[in-house]
Amino acid sequence: MSANGHETPVSLTIDGQRVTVASGSSVLDACTEAGVATPTLCYSENLTPVNACRVCVVEMEGSRTLVPSCSRQAEPDMVIETDSERVRHSRKTVLELLGSGVDLSQADELGQWVTHYEADVERFGAGRATMEEPIRIQDELYIRDYDRCVLCYKCVEACGDDAQHTFAIAVAGRGFDARIRTEFDTALPDSACVYCGNCVAVCPTNALQFKTEFDLREVDNWRPEEQSVTRTVCSYCGVGCNLELHVQDETIVKVTSPADHSVTDGHLCIKGRFGWTYVHGA
Amino acid sequence: MLWGSNAREAHPIFFHHLMKGLDNGAKMFSVDPRRTSSSKFADVWLGLNVGTDIALANAVARHIIINDWHNKDFIAHSTEGFDEFAAAVEPYTLERAEEITGVPAIAIAELAEAYAKAETAQILWTLGITEHHNAVDNVFSLCNLALLTGHVGRWGSGLVPLRGQNNVQGGGDMGALPDKLPGFQAVTDPESRAKFEAIWGVPVPPKPGLHLTLMFEAMATRELKAVYCIGENPADSEADILHARKMLGQLDLLVVQDIFMTRTAEMADVVFPASVAWAESEGTVTSSERRVQRVRAAVPPPGEARDDIEIIGALAAAYGSVWNTQTPEELWDELRSLSPLHKGMSWDRLEAEGGIQWPCPSDDHPGSPFLHGWLWEDDLGGRGPAPFTVVEHEGPKEQLSEEFPLRLTTGRALDSYNTGVQSGSLNSPIRYGYTIDVSPADAARIGIDGGETVKVSSPRGSVEMEARIVADLAEGLTFTTFHFPELVDSNILTSDAWDKKSGTAEFKAASIRIEKLKETVSG
Repeated sequence: MSANGHETPVSLTIDGQRVTVASGSSVLDACTEAGVATPTLCYSENLTPVNACRVCVVEMEGSRTLVPSCSRQAEPDMVIETDSERVRHSRKTVLELLGSGVDLSQADELGQWVTHYEADVERFGAGRATMEEPIRIQDELYIRDYDRCVLCYKCVEACGDDAQHTFAIAVAGRGFDARIRTEFDTALPDSACVYCGNCVAVCPTNALQFKTEFDLREVDNWRPEEQSVTRTVCSYCGVGCNLELHVQDETIVKVTSPADHSVTDGHLCIKGRFGWTYVHGA
Repeated sequence: MLWGSNAREAHPIFFHHLMKGLDNGAKMFSVDPRRTSSSKFADVWLGLNVGTDIALANAVARHIIINDWHNKDFIAHSTEGFDEFAAAVEPYTLERAEEITGVPAIAIAELAEAYAKAETAQILWTLGITEHHNAVDNVFSLCNLALLTGHVGRWGSGLVPLRGQNNVQGGGDMGALPDKLPGFQAVTDPESRAKFEAIWGVPVPPKPGLHLTLMFEAMATRELKAVYCIGENPADSEADILHARKMLGQLDLLVVQDIFMTRTAEMADVVFPASVAWAESEGTVTSSERRVQRVRAAVPPPGEARDDIEIIGALAAAYGSVWNTQTPEELWDELRSLSPLHKGMSWDRLEAEGGIQWPCPSDDHPGSPFLHGWLWEDDLGGRGPAPFTVVEHEGPKEQLSEEFPLRLTTGRALDSYNTGVQSGSLNSPIRYGYTIDVSPADAARIGIDGGETVKVSSPRGSVEMEARIVADLAEGLTFTTFHFPELVDSNILTSDAWDKKSGTAEFKAASIRIEKLKETVSG
């Protein structure tokens, strides 16, 4: 919960520009208000910030260290720099470190920031030192490709107490051995997973991928730029979840929900997320 | 209080909101014969015997009254009939309620105290309350609790029936009820009829029609000879299904308009293939919280399938009647001109604001997040006080017997939906199929193992199902879903009893017997 309209708004300075945001807003919200784009990875507007990735850091007057903008609350008269040499250097290094160990080729948004900061993802050695894990395809709903995982924790949060309260996955192991895992690394259908797909929806790197998308990518036929997105209402229970139907070649290929919708906060259940196949007579 | 609802599986995204409340310190009581996946999140689970809800609610009321926890100001100002109600619940002592419901007296007392003393409290229910032969009385018993404590008509407090289908609220709002015109205006009221007659240019019959259960009775007496069935699969979904199929089979004419070739459609004389309402056509649906939202076409309908509006319009034209309203927006504007609840919800507003909750009587009205706020106004908004309703415990119509000693109740599973016509093609890794849940004690007594196929019989017929042994199911209780009628006709088992006030069948309480199949010697 952030903005509370009944409290005094907060005014602060972002890159020399004065902005006013609702009390309880984050520095990231203030940056957005000031029209300053900020790279984020572990942040999502429908999840509690976990401060795992450090890619959204900014320089704050009076602070010894850089601060994560996603979780730092905006305070009156803060002076924030988002494009100082120190911020640029830090963001660039974070991207280079991430890119050195993880396949970011399908992390579209992050890729733009790699270009923006001229980050050299081969700086720490040519070729990516990924975990070389096999892609896990254990059912027809979604796949897990942990060579793309940056351990941002978003999936764990969405599965846990930020939304779903199923707790089917967590981080297991430490350091280089840290991985997102089901209990005892059991196969997904045998785990506590209820296939809401909320982890897939928040994954920023495509480590978690809907099977429909994965299958189309396998035959080089995933064309997001040609897809239409139509907002409608789920056909199952009476809660009124809004769906975004992603359609390619007159066929539904993916279902999401808007993160700012008051009913869903971007989250769905197995029926809303995956129960559309009958539309195409499957 | 989640009462007769397994929202965790039947309304999963609503349950996200509930969990946020629990994370913020709310207390949750779950009243359900089964310890469901919802109950497991509750502070207290009250595992009552099937069909004893009124005894439990009346005991909660009595405990609140004798401890003087009831809201006397609210009762005096906003309600009537309290004295009769208090006298009627007097016999429902905690001890007697424990005997009837099987819920320990201490748990009933804890629920009564928590509910009465809470600053805000909601009672949420679904079909565990309404699929009984005394469904309306069950609902009254919960309304009584809200009136007793003032937990109604204000922010955060209320009575919340969770709707099971995406537009079951909208259907009723639009007049798909035997005695109502759109906007809940009575067909018996000449003034209401005159409004509609002026726009439609034809007389509106003043006599209420029949609800679904009475329609089947009218089919039996041949008073009803032709049925036009839109988007419903009664040949699979009705209780006592063999009887329902016989009734549909003896009609002179059955027309089915559907997106699937359902079992009902297979019985039809004429089938109109329709487009998928939420993905292939434009319109609105209304959710459980009275929120009207737009549905939109994302893909074209296949083959000859046409929009429902188009089909009905073409049928009218074939009868020689040309309708002027053609587009969803035109129809919506016609509704707004006739239904004060929807008057302020222009198509543009629905587009811009995403969704609006009725009543929304004017263009500048923001919509209504909750109802019955008038109970707190000085003049009660010009209405009369809300009445307490005296209701008595009856129990299920179908009593257990030596021949049928087990109680069968039914419900939904997370990944499936109703008769499975929509959810059947979802390739779910967590579907456990057409099982009957049995307690370990009953399984041991009958001599069956989990995974074993058993014969399940009720007074109406028998089916074969796979037994699933569920550790926390109470002895004497069994459970099944109704999602796989093509595999097992579980509605052969369900009771033919129904509520005379609402027409709802008692899906939740049949009596059954489970038998081991004769052992076959494998070669």
